[in-house]
Amino acid sequence: MTAHDEIRHHVRLYLMVFGALLVLTVITVAVAELHLRIGAAVTVALLIAAIKGSLVALFFMHLKWDWKYRTVHSVLLLTAVFFLFLLALPTLTERAQIGEVIHHPRPAAAAPAH
Amino acid sequence: MQIPYTVEVRPDTGLNNPKIGIWLFLASEVMLFGALFSSYVLLRIGAPEWPHGSDVLSIPLGLVNTVILIASSVTMVMAWASLKMRAFGRFRLYLGLTVLLALVFLVNKGFEYAEHFHKGEVPATSVYFAIYYTLTGLHGLHVLGGVIVNSYLLLTSPGWWRRAGEQLTNRVEVAGLYWHFVDLVWIFLFPVLYLL
Repeated sequence: MTAHDEIRHHVRLYLMVFGALLVLTVITVAVAELHLRIGAAVTVALLIAAIKGSLVALFFMHLKWDWKYRTVHSVLLLTAVFFLFLLALPTLTERAQIGEVIHHPRPAAAAPAH
Repeated sequence: MQIPYTVEVRPDTGLNNPKIGIWLFLASEVMLFGALFSSYVLLRIGAPEWPHGSDVLSIPLGLVNTVILIASSVTMVMAWASLKMRAFGRFRLYLGLTVLLALVFLVNKGFEYAEHFHKGEVPATSVYFAIYYTLTGLHGLHVLGGVIVNSYLLLTSPGWWRRAGEQLTNRVEVAGLYWHFVDLVWIFLFPVLYLL
């Protein structure tokens, strides 16, 4: 398969991925209309978003074919691991405070200070 | 030692310099948007009340914008594929479409913001709007940055293609990686802000 044929084969893949992304977008909105419980809604929405993101990363960003030396993947994997740790940090250190109201709407009329 | 201004593939990493550079940049961008997403999560958990996205934002407009950005990602990768196949005319068409779609996205966002301002909904209105404007505003700036880079590539491409075609192809590929990332962020922003 010449380089030219390879690219043309890829072009067909790009269009199929485009179709898949459109379908998944419609599914995302349709699921939102179901008004699931917040826990289920977040899980499903993020799951679909993760699938869409993976399609963009693997095919449009060419990661599926850049696997050879694993450089890009190692960088990304490290980033993901460090980010997950950052995300977990407030949860791990402030567990007692989670769920406590941290901001209140401003009072309508401010009482005079003195 | 000289950093080669080159598109040659390094034998140890299997990548060329611009590619590894852009991926490192994207990794830092992941930290940036990731930090804001985490802020959203913590602010929402700690809030006494939080509006449902559909009550405050227009889902149809958000959906249209999502389709527009996904389409622009497709035209961007087609632009690069056209260059690889040495179809210069088609490359310009696809890159032009990418810029056009991005501008339509920004115009839509402008209408959306205008609608909110008209209703008196500004960043100071509530924590929800504060994080909404921050997330979408920063994303919008990234879209604008992409428009500028892609426009530059589009405008300088004729001479560039004649002088150093390989290099232009590589730069378009790298700009494409940035653009796909911008699309990726929106793929997560849309459900989080509009649907949940």
